[in-house]
Amino acid sequence: MKKITPAKAGTYAVLTFWALTTLYPFVWVILNSFRERGLIRKDSFSIPLPGNGFTMGNYDKAMERFDFGSAYANSLIVSIAVTVAVVLIAGFAAYGLVRFRFKLRGVCYSLIMAGMMFPVFSTIIPVFRMEAAWGIASSGNRWLSLVAVILPQIAGNLCFAIIVLMGFIESVPMELEESAYMDGCNVFQVYFHIIMPAAKSSFATVAIFSFLWSYNDLFTQNFFLRVPREKTITLLLNEISSQAGVDYGLMAASVVLIVVPVLVVYVALQKHIIKGLTAGAIKG
Amino acid sequence: MGPTLYRKKAPLIAFLLPAFVFLILFLYYPFIQNIINSFSDITGLGAPAQGLNTPWYANYATLFTDPKLRTALGNTVLLTICTVIFQVGIALILALLVDSIRVGAQLFRTLYFFPIVISATALGLMFNLIFLYNGGMLNQLLTNLGFAAENIDWKDPDHFLFTMFAPVMWQYVGFYFVILVTGLNNISQDLYEAAALDGCTGLNRVRYVTLPLLRNVLCTCLVLAITGSLKVFDLPWVMFGAGMPQDQGWLTGTYMYDQTFNRGNVDYGSAIAILIVVLGVLFSNIANRVFKPRNDI
Repeated sequence: MKKITPAKAGTYAVLTFWALTTLYPFVWVILNSFRERGLIRKDSFSIPLPGNGFTMGNYDKAMERFDFGSAYANSLIVSIAVTVAVVLIAGFAAYGLVRFRFKLRGVCYSLIMAGMMFPVFSTIIPVFRMEAAWGIASSGNRWLSLVAVILPQIAGNLCFAIIVLMGFIESVPMELEESAYMDGCNVFQVYFHIIMPAAKSSFATVAIFSFLWSYNDLFTQNFFLRVPREKTITLLLNEISSQAGVDYGLMAASVVLIVVPVLVVYVALQKHIIKGLTAGAIKG
Repeated sequence: MGPTLYRKKAPLIAFLLPAFVFLILFLYYPFIQNIINSFSDITGLGAPAQGLNTPWYANYATLFTDPKLRTALGNTVLLTICTVIFQVGIALILALLVDSIRVGAQLFRTLYFFPIVISATALGLMFNLIFLYNGGMLNQLLTNLGFAAENIDWKDPDHFLFTMFAPVMWQYVGFYFVILVTGLNNISQDLYEAAALDGCTGLNRVRYVTLPLLRNVLCTCLVLAITGSLKVFDLPWVMFGAGMPQDQGWLTGTYMYDQTFNRGNVDYGSAIAILIVVLGVLFSNIANRVFKPRNDI
């Protein structure tokens, strides 16, 4: 056994303090989502027990007053579509840029790096007007509106995804591809049978991040989805915050309803999430 | 010489075309269109431009005289400075500490990174509850522990900057923390051993060995922090809405959104967007100049 030095104890004290700041607010909100309405203001720190302020009423009310089902459905449709498209398109582009040598390669790479710099503010208005002209934005049709969100979100995630994937595909040994080619595979078969399985974990990272960013994005969704039945979970939450007024139990329950699914995904996949993000950020 | 597999260039078009079609249609073309819009007269989101503004630079002239934009710029610059100092600063301290321990390092990584995956909208609602005047977590904590005699109105003109900035900075500390920890892991143990032989340990080691070697990674963090803080929108929008309190709480992001969507000033919104991009490029260039990465290490 090693001795515990004061320096070590201090280190753990500081680290634990910050861990509490990231964890405790969520615990507090979860506890209060089960507390009876009037009690939150008086005493929000105790654990609500049956017979002592415990209630499921906040959740019943949240489900009854707001259409969580439809909002989850919309969010999942948008985020899954964005994720699938980003993985396919970015994987193709990253492979092409890494393995082929061609004249405009440098230009293409610079264009992708530049694409990471544009904030969504500077492109959203022309995109909206362009999609309105195509008849998909503000058409009143739920499916078209969702497509109107999906398209710019794909473009917004592509640059980051391509750069992360390029880093990983570069590290795949080329001998495998060469021998597969000798065996009669064409380039596309090489991509799907060799590259994708070899760089599996980086594709997972890109998929997770595209999903989370699409699911959590408020700005783009707020622009395109204006009708109640088009609302996604983020927009629903935004709406609840303006409608719940002083019903804090209802607000707490709504926050829990949106955070818990993400939390489950995070705990299950956190290895991929952290690893992939740093790879992308350090290269970028 | 590349392998024979990649000599034929025809498949390349199939690989690159989808990505660049998306990027051109939804990124580059809109960006250029946005520059043109900022000189035009547009009164509604779907409405066509009614010719150029008179004078054509009218929106940019307004940028200099608009008091609300000045507030927004002031707040955003302040936020950027706070972000660089506190966000990256706290992340650096935490990363150095975690790098010095063995037990529990992985757990701290997981916990610190966690707020980043939660949507800013949910966090905004959560912080609204925490900063609540009557019965919020912070006020209950402060009055129960005796630090404050009575409840504090966290969103009044005296406190709103803290209330707005603290959650934004808190959320992304874990992001820079993870990047810095990875950077620290890449530093070779041999260098530390060599330093120890020369009698360089503890804080001296941090000052003379770790920080210089971490310079490139720190620079990446700074550029990301700066461009990130210029783009902040969700959290302040959910917590403060349109410029509360009393038009003092604008940020460039929220102001641009409000002008475009709620006031129908589409062309002026475009000009503000251009301003955000220009500031982003400017600030990150300054950061690059000051903390210029050294590739010779």
